[in-house]
Amino acid sequence: MATPAKAGGGFVANLGRIYALYTGAFFVVVVALAAYEYLAKSSGQNALVVNQNIGYGFVFLTIGVYALIGVLSRTSDSGEYYVAGRVVPAFYNGMATGADWMSAASFIGMAGTLYLLGYDGLAFVLGWTGGYVLVAILIAPFLRKFGAYTVPDFFAARYEGNLPRFLAVVVLLACSFTYVVAQIVGTGLIAQRFLNMDFELAVYVGLGGILVCSMLGGMKAVTWTQVAQYIVLIIAYLVPVVILSGQKYGIPIPQLTYGQALADIATLEAQMIKDGLAPALNMATGAGLKPHTAPFTSYSQLNFFALILCLMVGTASLPHVLMRYFTTPSVREARVSVAWSLLFIFLLYFTAPAYAAFAKLEVYSLIAKKTALADLPQWMFTWGKAGLVTVCGKAAASIEAVTAACAALPNHPGILRFQDLGIQADAIVIATPEIAGLPYVIAGLVAAGGLAAALSTADGLLLAIANALSHDLYYKMVTPLNRVARLLISTVAVVVLLAGLYALFSVGAPVSGIPRWMILTGVIAGVVAIFGYLYAGANEVSRRLLISRVLLLVVAAFAAATAATRPADIVAMVAWAFSLAAAGIFPALVLGVWWKRANYAGCVAGMIIGFSLCLFYLVVTRYFPGYGVAYFGMTSLLNPISGKPIIADLAKAMADPNAMQAFVLQAHPLASKVGWMDVNNISSALFSLPIGFLTIIIVSLMTARPSQAMYDLIDSIRCPRGDTVMQDKDAVVQAH
Amino acid sequence: MQGPNVVRHWARTSTLMWIMFVLWLIFSFGIHFFVKELNAIKFGGFPLGFYMAAQGSLIIFVVMLFTFAARQDGIDRDEGMAED
Repeated sequence: MATPAKAGGGFVANLGRIYALYTGAFFVVVVALAAYEYLAKSSGQNALVVNQNIGYGFVFLTIGVYALIGVLSRTSDSGEYYVAGRVVPAFYNGMATGADWMSAASFIGMAGTLYLLGYDGLAFVLGWTGGYVLVAILIAPFLRKFGAYTVPDFFAARYEGNLPRFLAVVVLLACSFTYVVAQIVGTGLIAQRFLNMDFELAVYVGLGGILVCSMLGGMKAVTWTQVAQYIVLIIAYLVPVVILSGQKYGIPIPQLTYGQALADIATLEAQMIKDGLAPALNMATGAGLKPHTAPFTSYSQLNFFALILCLMVGTASLPHVLMRYFTTPSVREARVSVAWSLLFIFLLYFTAPAYAAFAKLEVYSLIAKKTALADLPQWMFTWGKAGLVTVCGKAAASIEAVTAACAALPNHPGILRFQDLGIQADAIVIATPEIAGLPYVIAGLVAAGGLAAALSTADGLLLAIANALSHDLYYKMVTPLNRVARLLISTVAVVVLLAGLYALFSVGAPVSGIPRWMILTGVIAGVVAIFGYLYAGANEVSRRLLISRVLLLVVAAFAAATAATRPADIVAMVAWAFSLAAAGIFPALVLGVWWKRANYAGCVAGMIIGFSLCLFYLVVTRYFPGYGVAYFGMTSLLNPISGKPIIADLAKAMADPNAMQAFVLQAHPLASKVGWMDVNNISSALFSLPIGFLTIIIVSLMTARPSQAMYDLIDSIRCPRGDTVMQDKDAVVQAH
Repeated sequence: MQGPNVVRHWARTSTLMWIMFVLWLIFSFGIHFFVKELNAIKFGGFPLGFYMAAQGSLIIFVVMLFTFAARQDGIDRDEGMAED
């Protein structure tokens, strides 16, 4: 095992001082940029140019620091590359997990979801925090004691075979790849909005930002950059809303003062309905103004609780989160570290509802004041141009656009009504600095925070994927094969990967007149040359790491090329990751620790059945809804308020010629609107979770019990004392 | 402090797990079934049902996890199963 002294040195001993210095430096940068903004704008420079300079300042300074950490943490030790040398103290691992966990969606989208859904949106707040209780009490300490490099490692050892390992890799890829693509899309959007950068260029810049943090130093580098990224993202999230709370209520603690905002919102809701500015909620149709704090207006009670369950169990199954707990120095620290993780995540999630309440109060006040269209505030137009705010059904690009759009509606009174305004979830956090009338430097800070959230999550996910491919698939499954099989598999893999990369990258216009395939060929040739040179001069351990790094690069390139095609569906699919992880991994993982009798056959059957059922439900309800109704007994989902089917006449809808279309778009009349027992597809693990558990139990009981050696192994996982079960063999090899 | 006792260590560990699991069930699901009733109670502007989902349960989860870590460590030490 890598000892702390060897792997950490002076750095780990001085963590507190280093990160305190870093935080101080970050504040100095913010103040310096604020001073620049004040001086430049008061001397009459073009505000747009100044704003853009501030945006670039934030983005490139922060990415520069992450890159520096990445380079300083470079390593050629496999223990450091895979598990950061197991020296990360609980407190810092908590911060790193917080950054790893909170994605672009949490940072940018969560508050907006709460704005739009009110109480029902709290399913996400609960679901994405409570899962850590399961991580701590059921899983993390035992995985730490086991001492694996990856989550699939545990499956292989506990269930004695490479098939469980392979299944775990499949589930891992299914839930992590769409997730990482969504992070890269997030980076692209942030750079596009704040820096006016071309989306595709921004995606590849983001890719560079991710790679410098992970490729040279693996988990070690990712850990220390994630700590730095957590600090940036939490400051960026808290500052605007703290100032806003101070402005409005005189107390800079938004988590307390938004109670008053909630009470004010309730008053305004009643007033808007009384004045005819908003339609009252119609209990028969479910349409109209939904009171902010009223439960079960967007999700039925069943779906609300099902969503919480799926998100929580999914949290406890996502490999990129679990692998963070492999990096602590001891089992005890792993447990404490889950508590710190949750505390650091809690700081953001218990603030998000405050953002939502303040934004809603602002908007409802505007409407209740009977604001004329010509008097709408500037922030609506700023974000209307980006398509995030619509008035009367059209993007609110300017006063003229808004007036024209509303004039086209029959009997429009010329003032803003509740039903006229459309706000996308992303707009809330992004627009808050402007709503509060803060200088642009705060908006730049928010951009840096969103970027930190997206990059840190992408780093963790990429590493999880690349390690599963290099460590589990290549090193543990392909290398032991004979020479011919090895060559064959490697060749097929390279051909498939290259073909896929070329296909993805060819989408889009030539870059500066150069055909895209030429650019890609040039890049690949360069990379092959560099790695070929390194490979020739390497020993066995460093060759393994080299292959890990190449795969990391390939996966990252794949994710970026996918992101560059702007896949709308992928972002929506992220919510699926939780159900997929919950269905595929959770039952086998938990029973593996808590039930000695669970065996190979049970694990294989349970994983295949649970995961397939979940995937089936997701894919059928979303892409083949007609087939679901025709062949699998699915019915229309119900309106949560009226309790009536969303599709009033399913037979008639099924008679439509497009009902039996496959791979339908989100706009299809049946897409995601059918299912079993009124369960939304994002909660599909509600079915597959119990079935996964049952299958493992029944099949295990029907087949032979595991060997005594396995019982002993489980006993040693359960006992914190003693060596890890799986020694870090490679670290030992390295030391000799 | 006695010698390592594997059976009793695991029994106490399991009990602690089940206690935490039941608390988790209550604060993830149980209490939110009563959101409508709880929303009738207001403090500082917060309807209590909303507050529990937005902050209350979260605070309890955080406290639970630090308590769990300390308790489990106590069990490990008592039964001679702690590291170092």
